[in-house]
Amino acid sequence: MLEIRNLHARIVDDGTEIIRGLSLTVKAGEVAAIMGPNGSGKSTLSYILAGREDYEVTEGDILYNGQSILEMDPAERATSGIFLAFQYPMEIPGVATMEFLKVAMNEQRKARGEEPLKIPEFLKRVKEAAASLSMDMAMLKRPLNVGFSGGEKKRAEILQMKLLEPKLCVLDETDSGLDIDALKIVSDGVNALRAPDRAFLVITHYQRLLEHIVPDSVHVLYKGQVIKSGDKSLALDLEANGYAGVIGEAA
Amino acid sequence: MNMHTQPQRTQAETALIDAFGDRLSLLPGDGAVMLKRDDAIEAIKHGLPTRRIESWHYTDLRRLLNAVPDFDPAAMAKAVAPIVDGSAVVSILNGKSDAKVPAVEGVAFQPLSEKLIDGSIAPGLDPYGSDDAIGALNTAFVADGYFVDIADGTELEKPIELQNLQAGGQTHVRLPVRIGAGAKAVIVERQTGDGAALVSSVSQLVLGEGAEVTWLIVQEQPETATHLAQFKAHIGKNAKLTLFVMNAGGKLVRQEIMVRTTGEGADFKLRGINLLAGDTHTDVTMVLDHAVPHTTSTEVIRNVVTGKARGAFQGRINVHQYAQKTNAKMACNTLLLSDDGEFSTKPELEIFADDVICGHGATVTEIDHDHLFYLMARGVDEKTARGLLVKAFVAEVIEELDDEAIVEALEARLDGWFVAHG
Repeated sequence: MLEIRNLHARIVDDGTEIIRGLSLTVKAGEVAAIMGPNGSGKSTLSYILAGREDYEVTEGDILYNGQSILEMDPAERATSGIFLAFQYPMEIPGVATMEFLKVAMNEQRKARGEEPLKIPEFLKRVKEAAASLSMDMAMLKRPLNVGFSGGEKKRAEILQMKLLEPKLCVLDETDSGLDIDALKIVSDGVNALRAPDRAFLVITHYQRLLEHIVPDSVHVLYKGQVIKSGDKSLALDLEANGYAGVIGEAA
Repeated sequence: MNMHTQPQRTQAETALIDAFGDRLSLLPGDGAVMLKRDDAIEAIKHGLPTRRIESWHYTDLRRLLNAVPDFDPAAMAKAVAPIVDGSAVVSILNGKSDAKVPAVEGVAFQPLSEKLIDGSIAPGLDPYGSDDAIGALNTAFVADGYFVDIADGTELEKPIELQNLQAGGQTHVRLPVRIGAGAKAVIVERQTGDGAALVSSVSQLVLGEGAEVTWLIVQEQPETATHLAQFKAHIGKNAKLTLFVMNAGGKLVRQEIMVRTTGEGADFKLRGINLLAGDTHTDVTMVLDHAVPHTTSTEVIRNVVTGKARGAFQGRINVHQYAQKTNAKMACNTLLLSDDGEFSTKPELEIFADDVICGHGATVTEIDHDHLFYLMARGVDEKTARGLLVKAFVAEVIEELDDEAIVEALEARLDGWFVAHG
């Protein structure tokens, strides 16, 4: 489903190279965990997949279902099925959450040649998704993410993911800022979406999240490259011994 | 002989002076009113204000008012549907009060021409200071409008919509409104039409003790019209006035706001949205006098500037010497969406009391790129996402009004503007 080939990318503003020859393949139905120390390029990778303009790909390619996405803008990528759950979801005053959800769902439907959702059907879907994440509907009456706690913002991200039904879900440190109960709710939300035709890229610092969302593969990112790949036991090894050993091996 | 010779009159000045001569026999008014008219046209003979006059610094009326249409007795304006369903609609059609007036319990509507003829309105025709060009223009030519009286204790369930509708030519109207003690009302002042008109419109409110009024000015003139307007209010003891101004049209627009707190506990809120497009000029100028102790005010203005539009907000707050414990806050934020557009902000605080809280702030920004990325990352295309963010920037001010019917009505006006200019 996703094939990243020898990717090099830098920050547009100052030219700093962050991704330096990254290669990674994720198959449909797979949950791939990306781990790595701070500054290894994990969040940058998630932004590049989503198409943020602050980064520029200088070499290599990203293929999604066999097609390069480098020329697609963020909206085109999203409507093609790529979803980024942000580490720090933006607060957008003045944009009502419900209105935003409706516009986003209908824009995606439009791109797929489907009719806009009727209001009752839209409300029903939002209510069901919110209930499954233990979210209060009153929260959704507020402007988008405004005044949400850290945990509420993360839940709102998963809510959007549920409603938009993407095919490639990129979760950027979705566990940060969550207490144990919220972590369980969010993880259950993600697990419920696991499907043979859907892939996940779970970016995290800690093994903790991977106890709840059990990965099929684990990849260690360091200095903008995947330096080691393995199964879920690699995450346990990292938890026990830290990154130093793996980095030493690669050097 | 006067050594300071007048510069040569502009075409517009000449046209106004000539029109006054032509119209004089048609203008209603007793002796006192006609004297005020004479004084007013004298002021215009001294010349329209230029940028050298401080209060007109951003709107050089002498240069910008480059043509004045003739009066057009054949122009026909039609009443329009109110912005809030079920409102009591009172229309002024091309400067003339409509014969049909709805019955609203506790509210009396009287055509202003009657109050000009009997002279009872004469004291209200005095100009506001020496540079009051809009007041002078209106006093010289005003022929009609409505005097609205809301009886003490009246609580209106539905809004009143006062429509000033033009279909070209010149219209000069006045809306004096007395709001009785303890009365509660929502009043929409609708300014629109479809002609290349010159419009002057003056609203004058007096709020009695404990009255609560939300006054919404919705200005949607065509991009060919000149709209010169004043809103004046005296806010009595413990009375609350929320003034919402939406400018979404007009070629040359100046909306002046002169408000005075006259009783302790008076509260004034100004919320303004300027949606500026095309090759237009819009000026909102406020002078607020905190004239007695313990009064409060907040002013929030949001501007969206596109095309070659130019805009200005001047906000002056005078805190008088005895007006201790005044609390006043003013903010003006602009979203500049075009390289050719501009917006100027001039806040002024004149404080003669020593125990007050006063502040102001102004920002000019572009669309936040992080916000844009977030919306696009959910599949919202760039144009739609920008539209959502621009609308959000101004909708925040509307949502504060906290009355669902009004918020919906204003957001519909907003949507209409974005459809036409987005």
